[in-house]
Amino acid sequence: MDTLRRLAKRPLGMAGLILVLFWTVIALTAPLIAPPGERQRDPYTIRRIGFSSIPQPPSDKARLGTTGGGYDILYGIVWGSRTALRVGLIVVGATTLIGTMLGGVGAYVGGWIDSLVMRITDLFMSFPFLIAVIVMSIVLGKGLDKVIVALVVFGWRRYARVMRSEVLSVKERDYVSAAESIGAGRLRIFMCHILPNSIYPVFVLSALDIGSMVLIAASLSFIGVGAEPGYADWGQMINFSRNWLLGAVGDPFRYWYTYVWPSVAILTFVLGWTLLGDTLRDVLDPRMRRMK
Amino acid sequence: MLFYIVKRLLVLPLVLFLLSALVFSLVLFLSPYERLAVFIPNADSVGSNIPFDELVERYGLNRPFHQQYALWLSQVLRGNLGWSPSARMPVAAAIAKYFPATVELMLLGAVIIFAGGIALGTYAATHHNRLPDQVARVATSFGVALPEFVFGLLLLVVFYGWLKLFPPGRLSTWAEDVVYLSDFHRYTGMHLIDSLLNGRFDVFADALRHLVLPSIAYSIGMLSTMLRMMRSSLLETLQMDYVTTARAKGVTERVVTIKHARRNALLPVVTLAGSIVAKMLGGAVIVETVFNYRGMGKFIVSAAQGLDFPAILGASLLIGLIIILTNLVIDLLYTVLDPTVRLE
Repeated sequence: MDTLRRLAKRPLGMAGLILVLFWTVIALTAPLIAPPGERQRDPYTIRRIGFSSIPQPPSDKARLGTTGGGYDILYGIVWGSRTALRVGLIVVGATTLIGTMLGGVGAYVGGWIDSLVMRITDLFMSFPFLIAVIVMSIVLGKGLDKVIVALVVFGWRRYARVMRSEVLSVKERDYVSAAESIGAGRLRIFMCHILPNSIYPVFVLSALDIGSMVLIAASLSFIGVGAEPGYADWGQMINFSRNWLLGAVGDPFRYWYTYVWPSVAILTFVLGWTLLGDTLRDVLDPRMRRMK
Repeated sequence: MLFYIVKRLLVLPLVLFLLSALVFSLVLFLSPYERLAVFIPNADSVGSNIPFDELVERYGLNRPFHQQYALWLSQVLRGNLGWSPSARMPVAAAIAKYFPATVELMLLGAVIIFAGGIALGTYAATHHNRLPDQVARVATSFGVALPEFVFGLLLLVVFYGWLKLFPPGRLSTWAEDVVYLSDFHRYTGMHLIDSLLNGRFDVFADALRHLVLPSIAYSIGMLSTMLRMMRSSLLETLQMDYVTTARAKGVTERVVTIKHARRNALLPVVTLAGSIVAKMLGGAVIVETVFNYRGMGKFIVSAAQGLDFPAILGASLLIGLIIILTNLVIDLLYTVLDPTVRLE
């Protein structure tokens, strides 16, 4: 509660929270805002209004217009928010769990287990994340679930590092020695004393990562590696708009709606989580609190 | 110190070995036939006439992992990275062709990120909680959240579609003719440097015109991170006792900031440099695709889309090598910046 109150005092943090809540509500109420057509089998396939290859400006049928191929932009953005939220939560949930456990247990147990975990982490660190994920999702085949798997496989490494350095310092504290001296088991000490006291920096990283993982998934769809064609995904919608960027002769902004709306969606989604994460870091880090 | 460097360099082949084994194991997710088909143009139309089983057998595509890996490794150690079907040339030749293009982009980006980040971060920290600082805080949040491809496309719409100032691609057609068809000598493969060495300032201007947008597009996020890091690190050092001492001695504020505080505040910035190099290599993939700039990034994307594994493995080795060497250089830089750091 204290954390929430301090969060509320920061305008940027509030803005972040509002953006995050906004997109969460859109994602939850997607079937109400943009109901799928009656004959539509999968609601995540963007509804098509006609099959015109040229984008159509906003009209009564498609309030934000359509992209080339007749895909309804409003529908894509609303259902795309579900895709984004799902990617963000699954990937960050899984990577946080894997990274925290590997880094935390390694640091607590020490010895060769710690060295092994860190060498594996170093190995995964010696390669750009984005390229690793591209290669892996290509190998696994088309589809968003493959992208999620690839993001998880390569995404845990930073959590392991952060968690390790936290646990290394926490395990030397007096209350840990106190627990040891009264005969608490190692598992109990790790779960009850070490984990709760070293998890905050990981939470901050998680909040920031929800934005950046969604961004990377969108980048993959943008270069044509991620979701199947027609799947409600913001990155893919921007890819659709690439042919219309330059507009028409004498009217460079004629097809503005094809790229502006999906761009705004990605930007505000990621911005929300970034602002929230930054503020959480300031609020949770006592050192930063003193500096203000 | 020398001992430390030698020790680190000795570990390097081991890391590259593990890295290539990791990437190689990804390859084996595909069936031998899928991997074979990549090398056969129009496999669909002429498919029935090709002795697939025989070819799989001949190239050892159905053997166990360690045997296939050993085969690949023995060729690599002889300097043969294989043939890249997607680039239609040997992998080594493709890397020699595309890598300089990406280096050029990265160097320009690095100038923007480091010079801009350090200067603006210092400015924000010295104006703590005043207007420039507030602007920086909000602007960097946007900068971090702005995807490279969204920003890149926005730049293209405005500066190419509308204002017709900066075109996509790497060179204009006429400049390409000069570089590849005339007696233009390609020393480094980087057009900016080669054109100056050849005295062709028109080619230099053209190459620069093509580099402006992509280098801005992919620096903006890292510039924001750098600015923040510089700002918070400098804010911290400005509260140190030695800074107060310097002020008390009557040293001017400018000298205090630049000589006493900033030098010490640079350490975390140097740490960040390692992850920035890695991010730039990843960012090149996106930005080169957006701007149709033919470099390593675009090469990797087309290789990945074409399941062109010799190319992916070759590119991975190069990228791993760059990152490991960068980290070594950074560790050495620490000792220069902070004499209390000793490498063991």
